Amino acid sequence: MTTAFVDLKIQRRDSAAANPRWEEFRVPYVPGMNVISCLLEIRRNPVTRDGRPTTPPVWEASCLEEVCGACSMVINGTPRQACAALVENLKQPIELRPLTKFPVVRDLMVDRAKMFAALKRVKAWIPIDGTYDLGPGPRLSAGEQEYAYLYARCMTCGCCMEACPQYHGGSEFIGPAPLAQVELFNIHPTGAMNRAERLEQILGPGGITDCGKAENCVQVCPKEIPLTDALSNLYRAATGQWIKGLFRK
Amino acid sequence: MAHNHFLVVGGGLAGLMTTIKLAEAGHTVDVVSIVPVKRSHSVCAQGGINGAVNIKGENDSPEIHFVDTCRGGDFLAHQALCKGMCYAAPGIIYLLDRMGVMFNRTPEGNLDFRRFGGTLYNRTAFAGATTGQQMLYALDEQVRRHETDGLVRKFEHHEYLGMVRDDSGTCRGAVVVDHRSMQVQALTADATMLATGGPGLLFGRSTNSIINTGSAAASAYLEGAVYANGEFIQVHPTAIPGEDKLRLMSESARGEGGRIWVPRQKGDARAPRDIPDAERWYFLEEKYPRYGNLVPRDVASREIFHVCFDMGLGVGAGMQVYLDLTHIDAATLKRKLGGILEIYEKFMGVDPTREPMKVFPAMHYSMGGLWIDYERTADGFIQLDSPRNHQCSIPGLFASGEVDYQYHGANRLGANSLLSCVYGGDIGARAMMAYAAGAKAGHAELPASARDAAASKWQGRLSEIGRMQGPENPYSLHRELGEWMNRNVTIVRHNDKLQETADQIQALMERFRKINVLDGAAWANQSVLFVNQLWHMLELGRMITLAALRRDESRGAHFKPAFPKRDDAKWAKTTMARWSPAGPQFDYEPVDLSLVPPVERKYD
Repeated sequence: MTTAFVDLKIQRRDSAAANPRWEEFRVPYVPGMNVISCLLEIRRNPVTRDGRPTTPPVWEASCLEEVCGACSMVINGTPRQACAALVENLKQPIELRPLTKFPVVRDLMVDRAKMFAALKRVKAWIPIDGTYDLGPGPRLSAGEQEYAYLYARCMTCGCCMEACPQYHGGSEFIGPAPLAQVELFNIHPTGAMNRAERLEQILGPGGITDCGKAENCVQVCPKEIPLTDALSNLYRAATGQWIKGLFRK
Repeated sequence: MAHNHFLVVGGGLAGLMTTIKLAEAGHTVDVVSIVPVKRSHSVCAQGGINGAVNIKGENDSPEIHFVDTCRGGDFLAHQALCKGMCYAAPGIIYLLDRMGVMFNRTPEGNLDFRRFGGTLYNRTAFAGATTGQQMLYALDEQVRRHETDGLVRKFEHHEYLGMVRDDSGTCRGAVVVDHRSMQVQALTADATMLATGGPGLLFGRSTNSIINTGSAAASAYLEGAVYANGEFIQVHPTAIPGEDKLRLMSESARGEGGRIWVPRQKGDARAPRDIPDAERWYFLEEKYPRYGNLVPRDVASREIFHVCFDMGLGVGAGMQVYLDLTHIDAATLKRKLGGILEIYEKFMGVDPTREPMKVFPAMHYSMGGLWIDYERTADGFIQLDSPRNHQCSIPGLFASGEVDYQYHGANRLGANSLLSCVYGGDIGARAMMAYAAGAKAGHAELPASARDAAASKWQGRLSEIGRMQGPENPYSLHRELGEWMNRNVTIVRHNDKLQETADQIQALMERFRKINVLDGAAWANQSVLFVNQLWHMLELGRMITLAALRRDESRGAHFKPAFPKRDDAKWAKTTMARWSPAGPQFDYEPVDLSLVPPVERKYD
């Protein structure tokens, strides 16, 4: 299909308190262009389709190659990275909205701070003794590395959280992304030493049992991380941990 | 032990390593970052990190790594720092391994290593083809742990504007702006580290993230810090063109056996798989039989440019060559290069395990950056407790990572950048602690007037930008700057074109005064922030171009056909640029080349 223009519809919002409004734009089409290229073009000529000058839309982006997680937005109804959204694969007008599960900062920019806070809660790190020279780390089989690497690529982009029906303003659910990090650190030989501590964090309200098994998360993950595998492993592990707790009491 | 308070600007590998070292010693640290630190540009590093761990029975050693690094840099780097880095490298890789970086493994469960450019050894540890991302995440996790313990305070979505200085000119902190509230505030510290990365955005489109404006480094330069070797800009040989950016195709593709070729016959329109081997020109392998496709980046980029531009042999008569992996089995490719294959397939719609990739060189890295000092020992290592290490020409200000100018000379070897970030963060942090221990007054004793003066300077600057109502669009001016820089200040440099570019940048600086800021909002105003960055980019671009104009020789990434040879007698020197109202002032400083004597650089 050849086309001279790209039509876009962008949800604008001056701040979290302001009402959303729609603005339409038309930019020249260039082969291979993605949603980011459209947004860059609008900045160079911030005029709506009906000729009204406006402010450049505000959006977050950094790497533009789907490794940083910054440019998540809802594109034609699906949460995804704007950099990897190629215009030729999208129905027009391309509709851009901010993620809905996070507070809007302005326009397409949202505040995902609570995802990073969740990583603190689940202690998503290896508690090393120090950065001084203590020799090599534990040996891992190539298979173990390949499995862990799947989860290690999580960009904290928030797409899985956006798609999850259990994750919303009214719920305590911690969400799929931080849970998958529990799986990652619990399978690392050193991380496993604090396995119980991490499982404790996801046992109570808002933890693993709040997962409704809708499996939306795994379908939108831009890195194709097997989130549902992690969640079911954690479900079993957490249940075991809970039973252990009963006997300790 | 006395407890100090430090400021780290930049949340990439260098900044986070600095932070970890400082927090681990019990100090408090404020970390300022434009993006949540986990989204820093380090995530884009793909291929790996070098360290002579020597597990492949090749008798590799840190000394050989050191010699490769000096030679790869065409003898412009101060050698003691390179030596310190290469000898520390195996320990750094082990540390990252202990932090949980998912490096690829050998069948026995050891770390695996692969080949990279400019060396004949398997010296590069890697985590698929997303090594930078994996390393950044590991450091991010350690910083989060210190944050949970109350030692680290993050200022994410905050940007460095300039220094806080006392009457003596010493740096005592920084002025930052909150990208959401637009509030300007001064943060004080006992020492300040700039780890703000490179200036890729000067070139419009590059392999860099769009946050890499070089604005912080440029601001330090405008406020008096010396900027060194700005003219040394690395152009990576293999990237895929895009409207918004030029996406890197890692050198590791060639490290794993990828081959560069073009059809021997000009304008050959056949599909690549229909072109028999004898009708393909593997020009790097032919011209450089010893290093083949793994010549250093400056060499490979020049050859690709020559084949496409001068000989007209590019694929489809265009500016592209094939990077071919199709002879390697798909499972191996997925395991070792998965990340970059996904990028190619996603953005180009072609599976690179079945069809050769089409690539062309793209601006990638700045060897130059803020000038930093160091102190060496008699045997050529670094005096690790010296406050001079990584300190800029302004006391109290330090720099590490791509923003500094050390380690890579005139051309960086692939997989040495991740190493220099971690090493620079490590020894930079030690120097900051040594400096603070010897300082006469702590950050708490700084008069409020010094803080307020710095904050109001920048508040005033942003307000002034907020009132700009002329006819020029700042984003269009930026595109023009990028076009000039990319055309004339990358692979091949001619003095007349450099002069023209410098003149054009001055014209852009005139037009800058007629900018329209486009947005009057007092909240999350990206346009105001960009206009401030744009001025810094123009200043930096002008200085880099003039530095290139002055250096009449060819060395590493700096290539002038009119002066095709390296000229050690005249130019074995660091370029030192100082800002003045009349334009950049240059002088030159000798380089310590006493450990590895310069030889002619040959890879054939």
